[in-house]
Amino acid sequence: MEIAGELRTAREMGLVGCTQCMRAVAGDATRCPRCGARVQSRDPVSLQKVWAWWLMGLGFYIPANIYPMLETRTLVHTQSNTIVGGAVELAQHGNWGVAIIILIASVLIPVAKFVLLAGLAIGVRFGPAAPERQRYVVYEIVEYIGRWSMIDVFVVAILSSLVQLQALASITPGRASLFFALSVIFTMLSAQGFDSRLLWDARSPRRGAGPAPASERNLLRGE
Amino acid sequence: MTETGASTTPTREQDALGDLIVCPSCDLVYTVPDVGPRERAVCLRCRRVLIAPRRKAGKQLIALALTVLILIVAASIFPFLAIDAGGLHHKASILDTALAFHGMLSVLSVAVLFFIVVIPMLRLCLLIYVLVPLIRDRPPAPLSREAFALSEALVPWSMAEIFAIGCAVALVKLSDLADVVYGPAAWMFAVLVVLVVATDRLMCRYSIWKSLES
Ligand SMILES: [Zn+2]
Ligand SMILES: [Zn+2]
Repeated sequence: MEIAGELRTAREMGLVGCTQCMRAVAGDATRCPRCGARVQSRDPVSLQKVWAWWLMGLGFYIPANIYPMLETRTLVHTQSNTIVGGAVELAQHGNWGVAIIILIASVLIPVAKFVLLAGLAIGVRFGPAAPERQRYVVYEIVEYIGRWSMIDVFVVAILSSLVQLQALASITPGRASLFFALSVIFTMLSAQGFDSRLLWDARSPRRGAGPAPASERNLLRGE
Repeated sequence: MTETGASTTPTREQDALGDLIVCPSCDLVYTVPDVGPRERAVCLRCRRVLIAPRRKAGKQLIALALTVLILIVAASIFPFLAIDAGGLHHKASILDTALAFHGMLSVLSVAVLFFIVVIPMLRLCLLIYVLVPLIRDRPPAPLSREAFALSEALVPWSMAEIFAIGCAVALVKLSDLADVVYGPAAWMFAVLVVLVVATDRLMCRYSIWKSLES
């Protein structure tokens, strides 16, 4: 079912929407009377938050790729593997399928997250290069996929706790696992800092937070 | 819908505004529609689901939350993963997994423990605390609003289902090196993933906030 209604934004009507419980609040209110959350029409420091966390995330993503993620000790040899190194080695052993999956999950997706988040933030600041609906879908994907990158850290933890077979074989986590986890956390914070309402503002005219003109209010009548 | 005319004259009075709903993703305003128990109200512009009430959702959510809690506790204590290689056998529980990081990496042990045990459990306990009085038609428990807000804020950081998929990935990776023992653990984690998704589907945030408004 779709809601039938007039397509006006809360900002155009001089109202503020609570992002937590969706209640409409008067433009000059600071707290939502229903859920108690702090309300603002748009987060004025949204882009600053996005860029700050983004830089932190990227900063940790680089060492996450330089240092080894795993150290494997077997009877014959010891080796440490970076994320990419591990995938390359699998490919050399003919294990192309797994190598490609690792490259997609641990390299392509994190890099895509950085690029897409930056693109969204740049679009808000300097004017969008794609329609709103598309940019919103991109935002939803980035937000949804962010936490799933933590799976790499969990896999390292599981492998290291399980493969403790005395002299036969053992796996220990490498330093990159910490950097990778921090990078995932900061990228999640960056995506969370993004106020998606900014995506739709380019087309709709900006209005002050004051009360809407009477004619606009009347548009709500009748439904 | 209930009070005639109240929704047609939005003024600065709070109760009239209470009949409006604002899409959190794109800021469009709607008058709250009548949404039936199997229907969903979707934002026309961004397609976000705004209202999706389910009959008996409260009871089902509590049942799901309790089941997930029990699964997490069970997986934390009992070794659920096992491998055999060259006559050696090794088992691990969630706690062993989280404690796999040593030395400089031990902060990661704490973080992993939070993501897969502490935060999911805290979130589910908060949800149960908020929902129990609601399904019994009692007034909300003290600090319910704060509890539900915290529970919602914890959702992205509650990663039990991601860990469950991580177990599957790790076992596949190990399958050349050792004989992986797929025990009841595999089932347990499959169930966990399904339950977490079901919880998310069943939960209508709007309806819960509306019931918490006293
Ligand atoms: Zn609110
Ligand atoms: Zn919307």
